[in-house]
Amino acid sequence: MTSPNFAGRNARRFKAPSVIPGFGLTFGYTLLYLGLVVLLPLAALIWRSSGLGLSGLYDIATEPRVAAGLRTTFFISFCAALVDLFFGLIVAWVLTRYDFFGRRLLDAFVDLPFALPTAVAGISLAALYAPNGWFGEPLAAYGIKIAYTRWGILVALIFIGLPFVVRTVQPIVAELETELEEASATLGASRVQTVLRVLLPPLAPALLTGFALAFARSIGEYGSVIFIAGNIAYVSEIAPLLIVVKLEQYDIPGATGIATIMLAISFAALLAINLVQAFARKRFGHV
Amino acid sequence: MSESIAAGVPAARRRARVRPVTQDSPFARYALIATAIAFLSLFLLAPLAVVFYEAGTKGAAAFFEAFQDPDARAAIRLTLLIAAIAVPANLAFGLAAAWSIAKFSFPGKSLLITLIDLPFSVSPVVAGLVYVLLFGSQGLLGGWLTAHGVQIIFAVPGIVLATIFVTFPFVARELIPLMQEQGSVEEEAALTLGASGFKTFLTVTLPNIKWGLLYGVLLCNARAMGEFGAVSVVSGHIRGLTNTIPLQVEILYNEYNNVAAFALSVLLASLALVTLGIKTFLEWRHADALAARGRRH
Amino acid sequence: MGISWGSLALAGALAIGSALSGGYASAGQALLNVSYDPTRELYKQINPAFVADWLAKTGETVEIQASHGGSGAQARAVIDGLNADVVTLALAADIDAIATKSGKIAADWQQRLPNNSSPYTSTIVFLVRKGNPKAIKDWDDLAKPGVAVITPNPKTSGGARWNYLAAWGYGLKKFGGDEAKVKDFVKAIYKNAPVMDTGARGSTITFAQRGLGDVLITWENEAFLALKEFGADKFEIVAPKQSILAEPPVSVVDANAETKGSRKLAEAYLDFLYSPAAQAIIAKNFYRPVHPEHAAKEDLKKFPKLEFVTIDKTFGGWAAAQKKHFADGGIFDEIQKQEPAR
Repeated sequence: MTSPNFAGRNARRFKAPSVIPGFGLTFGYTLLYLGLVVLLPLAALIWRSSGLGLSGLYDIATEPRVAAGLRTTFFISFCAALVDLFFGLIVAWVLTRYDFFGRRLLDAFVDLPFALPTAVAGISLAALYAPNGWFGEPLAAYGIKIAYTRWGILVALIFIGLPFVVRTVQPIVAELETELEEASATLGASRVQTVLRVLLPPLAPALLTGFALAFARSIGEYGSVIFIAGNIAYVSEIAPLLIVVKLEQYDIPGATGIATIMLAISFAALLAINLVQAFARKRFGHV
Repeated sequence: MSESIAAGVPAARRRARVRPVTQDSPFARYALIATAIAFLSLFLLAPLAVVFYEAGTKGAAAFFEAFQDPDARAAIRLTLLIAAIAVPANLAFGLAAAWSIAKFSFPGKSLLITLIDLPFSVSPVVAGLVYVLLFGSQGLLGGWLTAHGVQIIFAVPGIVLATIFVTFPFVARELIPLMQEQGSVEEEAALTLGASGFKTFLTVTLPNIKWGLLYGVLLCNARAMGEFGAVSVVSGHIRGLTNTIPLQVEILYNEYNNVAAFALSVLLASLALVTLGIKTFLEWRHADALAARGRRH
Repeated sequence: MGISWGSLALAGALAIGSALSGGYASAGQALLNVSYDPTRELYKQINPAFVADWLAKTGETVEIQASHGGSGAQARAVIDGLNADVVTLALAADIDAIATKSGKIAADWQQRLPNNSSPYTSTIVFLVRKGNPKAIKDWDDLAKPGVAVITPNPKTSGGARWNYLAAWGYGLKKFGGDEAKVKDFVKAIYKNAPVMDTGARGSTITFAQRGLGDVLITWENEAFLALKEFGADKFEIVAPKQSILAEPPVSVVDANAETKGSRKLAEAYLDFLYSPAAQAIIAKNFYRPVHPEHAAKEDLKKFPKLEFVTIDKTFGGWAAAQKKHFADGGIFDEIQKQEPAR
């Protein structure tokens, strides 16, 4: 880990002459805690899969069944995050901008996916969308199957990811300054133009973050998905389930290998998005 | 985007009333509200309704009986204990991380934020597995731990660690953007006027971030109590000893005891709704203060 | 100020420290039985009976702790340090895994108790909806197009492996040992599976509560339990002519019993499983007792008579079966491989 010494030097070199104290302590504690709680365990993971080497990891990733699982997981997570992005924006907008009966209650419900154990969420969703469920039965009459297909995975992941988009976008919508909208309208822009050119751009970084977090969370989700996915190889089998399958065969390197691959992809995606965020903050931020 | 949705609504009931330019047309508004409510009903309220419905199928007596079971009570106690350890730990970290990231400038900040985000993307299965790889008897530290008779996984410490890992980013993630947004002008002023660093934090920073802080703590708490996957791997599933509420729910469900399983789920959902209710109430009571702060920029 | 910040950091460190230090201490003599999923109801009844028996014999009060989960996951937990005194799992392969991978169980464990260390046996049967609308009689009917078969995933569930091997055993007899034909036959059955849950109980719930599928392949005890839980007016049990003899084995976890000083108790607990009292409870819970003479007649009457193949004679033991059928690249993988990627 980085020594406090290094932290102190950074503080001196990069901090504009500032009177704010506590950098060494807070930064050091951040790194220590991050190291102990997150990096050390993840290092154990990578250590166990390191025996495979890069070529071993490549072999695992290209194993047809694993490749299918990874594709399913990343593709459906991406779709779910897109749906969350679209509807999450609408929900955040409606909850902050309008007042209507039941608004606060709805607002409280948004966090439900965090609180409900994922297994309960999976069971409830499966009960709803199964061919004999409240939603599944009418849908089945039209020949639409949700539970035990890839659509089931999508439904579960939409549920899991929604709060991330809503909760990152909401504060920014609240901070949007009406003066800008007024100026835009005064200058003759239609409401559509105002929304697209004035309101959406400052929301973009928050939307991106929300999308990234929803996407990241969906990739790893297991508990709620297995109850509704069907778990058929090559069709509705998610990558985390493959980790479980490998573990079941006492194939620890294989399991940690898949986990490492997923970790690497998620890390790259999150880092890219956070860099875009930082860039946007430097360029458009007002602090 | 909002307008395009409104275009799909039949043009009726258009009111000839002057409306501020910053407000959407009534059609856009109703269409958006309807979309939001429909979406939330379909994806959030319906699953919740199932939970309450299943819990109530055999009447109130059966519902409350579920909480008399000693194993269920042990699970509730354990869950509260774990949240009581995990949440403050992540709270302290969140404050430290947000302070160092938001108030100072240093290279690699995006990398650090990404590392903080990382636990969100780690599959709960893996989150449990990493602790097994570390502390299990075949793990890195397993030999030493066994020799010294220390049991970490398949006992309370392992469950606490897995929970801390899974809920790790919540407080920090909530505070970092907020504190970045606020900048450090006020703190600098206070320090210049001679306040100590800690006093500045207590009297200047904390009041500014208290809502974000509360919010992060509540989400962290909800997730800490509701975590299933990671805890399942490190718990050992010993009845009345290492089962948390979510694990107890799974057991009861697998024993075809639907009412008790969903009754405990109702408890978790209610805990969440109660804490979220408190948050909403506080926001509402202090709406003026919040609005005032929002205006300052 | 530094001190105050320090105390904050200290509080965090203490929280971790307290989390790291010490495990749970068990009060008095306690015995941890790590078992698989479908035995919950069985051991719920056996444990109090044993506690009473032990109290009568020795005057000591003991506590039996139970842990249930997927058989493989439970075995892994014991390997990784779950402090089980005894394991009662779904297949010998899982106890073998504990023995070979951790050395916590002696290699000859299966010879230590009668009947391959299995105090009860079971088999694989079918559960169909009332009236048997698809007229399912035997394994052949499961391979027909248009029949939806519910079975868990052999990759994640011990019970599912028994299901698969029972089908394979029937195929071997039907095709006179022509493995290519057997493979096509078993493949046809698995092609009819719209869902593969990760465990046996999950499949039962999918079939019984979600209303999916025409037939559930499952443990005999699981099928009887489903009749009991959901009502005999909804489902009926169909016994194929031939199935597999499932022998869920039990063993003391030697290393843990030594450290905890619980060997005597652990051995007594397992011996008790063979006692008349326990054998009667076993039959009542729809497992086939190895000493049927101790069981109630009406409990025994329920068990249909069928022919059995055994894991040792037909498949050359679990290790061989696991390697040939279920390991990565094994026959089960090949069966699934030709599924068109949708």
